[in-house]
Amino acid sequence: MNMMSDPNASRKSWLGLLAKSAASDVARHWAALNMTPDHTVLRSPEIGGVMVRGRAGAVGAAFNLGEMTVTRASVRLADGTVGHGYVQGREKDHALHAALVDALMQTDAAETVEAVVLTPLRDAMTARKTGRAAKAAATKVDFYTMVRGED
Amino acid sequence: MYVAVKGGERAIDNAHAWLADERRGDTAIPELSVAQIREQMALAVNRVMAEGSLYDPDLAALAIKQARGDLIEAIFLIRAYRTTLPRFGGSNPIETEDMACDRRVSATFKDAPGGQVLGPTFDYTHRLLDFKLAADGEGADVPTAAPSDAATPHIMSFLDREGLIQTEPTGDAVPDDLTRTPLELPASRALRLQSLTRGDEGFLLGMAYSTQRGYARNHAFVAELRIGTVAVEMEIPELGFAIEIGEITVTECETVNQFQGSKTQPPQFTRGYGLVFGMTERKAISMALVDRALRWKELGEDNLGAPAQDEEFVLYHGDNIQATGFLEHIKLPHYVDFQSELELIRKLRREAHDNISREAAE
Repeated sequence: MNMMSDPNASRKSWLGLLAKSAASDVARHWAALNMTPDHTVLRSPEIGGVMVRGRAGAVGAAFNLGEMTVTRASVRLADGTVGHGYVQGREKDHALHAALVDALMQTDAAETVEAVVLTPLRDAMTARKTGRAAKAAATKVDFYTMVRGED
Repeated sequence: MYVAVKGGERAIDNAHAWLADERRGDTAIPELSVAQIREQMALAVNRVMAEGSLYDPDLAALAIKQARGDLIEAIFLIRAYRTTLPRFGGSNPIETEDMACDRRVSATFKDAPGGQVLGPTFDYTHRLLDFKLAADGEGADVPTAAPSDAATPHIMSFLDREGLIQTEPTGDAVPDDLTRTPLELPASRALRLQSLTRGDEGFLLGMAYSTQRGYARNHAFVAELRIGTVAVEMEIPELGFAIEIGEITVTECETVNQFQGSKTQPPQFTRGYGLVFGMTERKAISMALVDRALRWKELGEDNLGAPAQDEEFVLYHGDNIQATGFLEHIKLPHYVDFQSELELIRKLRREAHDNISREAAE
């Protein structure tokens, strides 16, 4: 299926990025944005748990693996745009920042927010993933067969 | 008669003050930070997350610090904290096929697509104490290589395609949750897997080992063991679609076990499954072996009377918090209970003595 056919693809992508990024990184890039948009907090940051599920035999029916901590928050900008943040962990500011970024990304400020907040977060995530993948690749086994006999 | 006794309060307060002091140890030695435990005692943190059934490395590290390194006590703290969290919902099942693998090995296929990737393993170390670590803790230079873009499909999918392995029943039903409804027997596979993944590592290791030694023998090959990160996705009602809400490290073990044929089915391999939070390889392999042993009924095998086949035995004794709670409560005051036992035994002895005296007199 073409990713572009999902009308929510880009919003999903930034929400996921905000959720998976470290709270301190999100806070730092949010500060760099230097924006103080007028907003009301629709849902104050709330810490909770999400039951993570797996599949029996990796492909079968679902089972409950255990919970993870998640913090969520929602905001409404002065123009009525609503933003939601669902982030991993227990940092309340992380959820608020994510909700504000989500809201701003639906406004004219999107381009700036993308450049100042999301791009560096995405770069950091790619660097982290590539770094681990490179270490893993170095531990890949290259099998070779010992030559037996005289000729 | 039930008699309430008071008077322990001051002693308890003082005991806890001393506990805090002992926890800190010699103040001439720098205090451990939670971040140090999280980063440098990562496998202890992983175990506490898995058996505490809550993925949060910072909380697990804090619990380990508070518990003075007693991991079962730390797991207890995490379980207690977990119950205070409002439940936002359940995730979509994680797709381990898409895992960014730190480690991925197969004991069954040498040339598995995606390759054999060892990752940061203890395997092949000589298990000799490294006194360099006592002197300094310098990080090693880690060799790197160009990351591969190749997919790492599940090894089992190849056997699946050929019909050589029993297929897993699928379905999108919301699985039973033993944190919401008490475990009842017979337990569904979903409940068994949930119970095993949060069960005590030592208990599961012993149970799994017993199957290897011949109790419900079903010789297992590790078709695949993979460790890495997967995204966790959840449907968000206010958005109307699913988003990733985080990323977790998990260990997955799939075993391929001796085949079974029946009147209606040709011989086929069967499978056991282990999936555990964190880098928890021993636990995941143990889980897969015990899962397989517990499946005897649905796979039409005989009950050999082995402990690992007995779901009541395994599921009711594998939880270290339930076990330690019941076990340790017997050290708490039972003065009145014991007083009645004392009185009873004195009475019995008196009667026995009287009987003997009477018989002697006669």
